[in-house]
Amino acid sequence: MRGGTELGRVRGLGSAKAGAHHWLTHRITAASNLFLMLWFVIVIARLPAYDYGTVRPWLASAWVAVPMILLIVSVFWHFRLGLQVVIEDYVHAETRVALMFLLNFFVVATSAIAIFSILKVAFTAAAGVPA
Amino acid sequence: MTVSILHRVTGSGMATVGTLLLVWWLAAIAGGPQSYAVFHMVFAEFGKGALGYIFGVGLTLSFFQHMASGIRHFILDTGAGYELNSAKRAAMATFVFSVLATIAFWAFLLGAK
Ligand code: HEM
Ligand code: HEM
Repeated sequence: MRGGTELGRVRGLGSAKAGAHHWLTHRITAASNLFLMLWFVIVIARLPAYDYGTVRPWLASAWVAVPMILLIVSVFWHFRLGLQVVIEDYVHAETRVALMFLLNFFVVATSAIAIFSILKVAFTAAAGVPA
Repeated sequence: MTVSILHRVTGSGMATVGTLLLVWWLAAIAGGPQSYAVFHMVFAEFGKGALGYIFGVGLTLSFFQHMASGIRHFILDTGAGYELNSAKRAAMATFVFSVLATIAFWAFLLGAK
């Protein structure tokens, strides 16, 4: 790439056209988080107990499994965008690339495990409690 | 100032610690009674559930604080609330709200059992 100052190198290129979308998606997921997290806090507080026999059939119900999957998508997407901003504010160059890679890896892996777990519980509900 | 850095701290805290605990909990349920027993042991039995209370109170307080300052963000994004006195009062209100909501949550949770 041509040398010069950092400003000189980017001047005239325009924006990457992704900033506004990032910002807006972050707000939209903040709004869906608000509803889904309030739902979550309320249903957790209302559970009569937290042992396996209570929690498993509870999670298996469509009324819990579906909002729970929506919550995973909304909250994980929201914090994926949020942590990107935090990383961009504090780390630069190679470390930033490495951390962004780790962040993507983390969010994809954790959401896959979470959604798989919910679906497994929901789809094996009729078969009783598998070991 | 304090409110905005707290927004960042609570958001990042929930995104890491909260995510790992939530995923562990869901995977433990999906894994069956033995795997759930490990989770239950760590957070509900060990030290009379000390870890459950530490992480539970920490995460609920973080959530309510982040939620309050998040809503404040929505209002500030519309361009309102920048006048110094109302900005200070709203910042104060987020603390009052998050502490009261956390107390209400745990009072309800423990009282209902
Ligand atoms: C009531 C639900 C929530 C609302 C209303 C909300 C709102 C917001 C808003 C408006 C922002 C942008 C702040 C900015 O642009 O500076 C934000 C940032 C963030 N949120 Fe949330 N959020 C919620 C739930 C969550 C949850 C559950 C998590 C984590 C699991 C989370 C993690 C984050 C992170 C990591 C950031 C970036 C912080 C920063 O850049 O300083 N949020 N949130
Ligand atoms: C315990 C509950 C709450 C009480 C008693 C309360 C009370 C107040 C009061 C008295 C004002 C001053 C209005 C003025 O300056 O004229 C205010 C302003 C404001 N509050 Fe709250 N509030 C509460 C919760 C919240 C929450 C949870 C948020 C959002 C996080 C919030 C956001 C704001 C904002 C942004 C303003 C400034 C609006 C403006 O002046 O344009 N409040 N609140």
